Amino acid sequence: MSKRIDVSDLNVYYGDFLAVEDVNINLEAKSVTAFIGPSGCGKSTFLRTLNRMHEVIPGARVEGKVLLDGDNLYADGVDPVTVRSQIGMVFQRPNPFPTMSIRDNVLAGVKLNSRRMPKSDADDLVEKSLRGANLWNEVKDRLEKPGSGLSGGQQQRLCIARAIAVSPDVILMDEPCSALDPISTLAIEDLINELKDEYTVVIVTHNMQQAARVSDKTAFFNIAGTGKPGKLIEFADTTTIFNNPGEKSTEDYVSGRFG
Amino acid sequence: MATLMTERKRSALTRGRLPRYTPYAIAVAAIIISAALLSLVGFNVFGWAVLSAVLFAAGNVTSAAIVEGRRKATDKFATSLVVGAFLVALLPLVSVIWTVLVNGVPGLMAPGFLTTSMNGVTGAVDNAAVKDGTPVLGGVYHALVGSVLITLWATIISVPVGLLTAIYLVEYSAGNRFSKVITFLVDVMTGIPSIVAGLFAAAFFAMILGPGTKTGFVAAVALSVLMIPVVVRSSEEMLKIVPNELREAAYALGVRKWRTIVKVVIPTAISGIASGVTLAIARVIGETAPLLVTAGFATSINMNVFAGWMSSLPTFIYTQIMTPTSPSNADPSTQRAWAAALLLIILVMLLNLGARLVARVFAPKTGR
Amino acid sequence: MSTTKLIPKAGAGQAASGRTGDKVFSGAALTAGALIVAVLFAVALFLIVQALPTFSAAAADITGGKGFFSYIFPIVVGTLIAATIALLIATPIGVAVALFISHYAPRSLARGLGYVVDLLAAIPSVVYGAWGASFLASNLKVPYQWLAENLGWIPIFGGPASGTGKTILTAGIVLAVMVLPIIASLTREIFLQAPMLHQEAALALGATRWEMIRMAVLPFARGGIISAVMLGLGRALGETMAVALVLSSGPLIASLIRSGNQTIAAEIALDFPEAFGLRMHELIAAGLVLFLITLAVNMVARWIINRHKEFSGAN
Repeated sequence: MSKRIDVSDLNVYYGDFLAVEDVNINLEAKSVTAFIGPSGCGKSTFLRTLNRMHEVIPGARVEGKVLLDGDNLYADGVDPVTVRSQIGMVFQRPNPFPTMSIRDNVLAGVKLNSRRMPKSDADDLVEKSLRGANLWNEVKDRLEKPGSGLSGGQQQRLCIARAIAVSPDVILMDEPCSALDPISTLAIEDLINELKDEYTVVIVTHNMQQAARVSDKTAFFNIAGTGKPGKLIEFADTTTIFNNPGEKSTEDYVSGRFG
Repeated sequence: MATLMTERKRSALTRGRLPRYTPYAIAVAAIIISAALLSLVGFNVFGWAVLSAVLFAAGNVTSAAIVEGRRKATDKFATSLVVGAFLVALLPLVSVIWTVLVNGVPGLMAPGFLTTSMNGVTGAVDNAAVKDGTPVLGGVYHALVGSVLITLWATIISVPVGLLTAIYLVEYSAGNRFSKVITFLVDVMTGIPSIVAGLFAAAFFAMILGPGTKTGFVAAVALSVLMIPVVVRSSEEMLKIVPNELREAAYALGVRKWRTIVKVVIPTAISGIASGVTLAIARVIGETAPLLVTAGFATSINMNVFAGWMSSLPTFIYTQIMTPTSPSNADPSTQRAWAAALLLIILVMLLNLGARLVARVFAPKTGR
Repeated sequence: MSTTKLIPKAGAGQAASGRTGDKVFSGAALTAGALIVAVLFAVALFLIVQALPTFSAAAADITGGKGFFSYIFPIVVGTLIAATIALLIATPIGVAVALFISHYAPRSLARGLGYVVDLLAAIPSVVYGAWGASFLASNLKVPYQWLAENLGWIPIFGGPASGTGKTILTAGIVLAVMVLPIIASLTREIFLQAPMLHQEAALALGATRWEMIRMAVLPFARGGIISAVMLGLGRALGETMAVALVLSSGPLIASLIRSGNQTIAAEIALDFPEAFGLRMHELIAAGLVLFLITLAVNMVARWIINRHKEFSGAN
């Protein structure tokens, strides 16, 4: 169920502007990788290129290779829709579909592609996904209620349930806790720890404690100045990054001296 | 040394201000004086109300000018003007609705008004109604059928075109030059006089089907020219306010763009779109001028929009007033015209209310 | 490793069919947009083609017998007179109504009042026309008589006053009632957008409500008011029924309180149903002229809106 991602020589452009330069990184299957770095260093942009979600932004384009277990996402004839159904994404702000019930939100990926599914299978999938997102016990009695009626943390876990319901190989999370309170954040972090048994998880975060708590490996991105492209500075085990970083700028960042 | 200040009997903050009862006193005075003045020249309620209001405003401004100074007086003068203008603006509305109700209710209550057409109702019938007191015959059934059918066809044409154009503008164009052209032309279309839209449809069908082609469908095309820009505008606004996050959420689940639009974006915006469409229908159902030049005049029921002349409520009102069925005794025609006007207003109001209801019913539920 | 896993097998599975769906749907959306462009060109084209015989016809064959220009000139002027009367009445009242709703009425009332204004706009024009013809015209007979007797030395009030009240002034008043809600609702939107900070700053300086409106609301709204008035003008120029029902038409005259004058839209509505041959082409040509006039007015309105947008600070 889980696949690795290998990125080589990746450049991301917005129009003519080079936003992220020359990234080479290998993300192991069944691991949690955290992307940290100051604002505007391109870590979110880079994350979006891992499932071609950057194509939603007008003018954004990519050079280089991203291999999902050896298959290049950017090869000719690859449909971004296929890519996204294998690499799911959770966004900064919880965004359940307001017109759908909790149950329909979980089934959204299946239903929106109008795949037929017997009701018992659908029920099983809803329960499995919601259990997988640690939300089942809280919502099992009100599955037909609108998803937007949940609290922020519950909504975000609903979005995670929705992402895992399409059984992706990789889950990308773009600052999933930045709009949540500390208790909800804790619930999501616990969930991430469980998710890595089945999925490859990549998480962008501004919170270094969070990166230290949840990730196996950490990548530090930095930017030399405004107008310059963002770069991957260092990628290593999380303990190494936080305790014994190889680069001076990494050490400055994780010790809170800038950023 | 700290001293406690007791509240002053006459506050410095209210010095140079008129006491609070002043406006009431002026109002009473204005009402009495104007009544007295009018009784000299002949009393009527309307004049009394107007004169009282004018005197009240003048008294307010003058007293403020004397006691409170020029700035306050200017402020009161402006307030009087604004409130006065608002009341003046209400007059025609009240008058229109009153006139239509008074003149329209008897006709609307007449038996058979809603269920019969004007077929066989001639000048002789109307003359008899006036001279011998026989009931006023004839009704709007044919016009009602025509209005509903023509508007229905206009909706069938306009909604897909308008909605798809809005979808193109919001979801596909990414602000390219073609979308700017469309937006500009939609603006231009919004300003087309309704009679010109009618002429267009008439000229268009005259060229392809021969001169004098007048059917319900020609009228529906004319109304579509008026309706499409309204639908595009309202749908575009509604699609724009659907948060981008929802589109991204769907894309990230591996959903195709068109399915995202059909199953996520449109359902989220449907309340606004539906109420916009309802308002557009309310606007075109009352259009008269384009129908005059495209649908012709009919006195009997025609269910086929593709052949034959067709009546409609607005043209029914117009012809009953302009060319009464019996030229010598216009009263029965006038009665039918007002009854039809009342019916038309009721329809439009119901559509407006419906639009609000639709917006509420379809609005995404927030739970809690 | 090959890349086959990410490429759907041709013709199989729903990824491929979904892709077709995408193409069909975006194609349909594009077609709809193109259709609008086509319709507008068609409107212009058909009006021009159908109007052409008028311009090639002999001057004597045109209604009035002196060529198209002398036919169209009086009704263009009549149209402008009616629209001008309408705007002179509707602009101050409309702006005041908007101001009342946005800044004077109690909060709880404001919403309801806005709805009332929208209802005014929703009443079909033929009803206004019927009201103008039967109620308003007969009630204006006496004032017109008075105007003719006391102010008759001014050309626009020249007597003898119409005995029915069905004059261009009555038509103008009915038009005013119809464009008033348009002006009121558009300017109300603008007034509500006026930056709250500026208004509070003005009040904090000790300004009265009127001074605050003059300092912080009206300057901000000037462009919006002008464009609302222009859009109202576009409506008044093209409005048909109110004039067709209210005005007993005739040749162009200066007096506003005698029967006479005619507008383009009403002329078309009254005569088109029975027109054939050259007369029909003539009326379509008149429609083309009306189209061009309203087009110009609307363009100016849009231009003002767009120019204003850059300076408004509302974005």
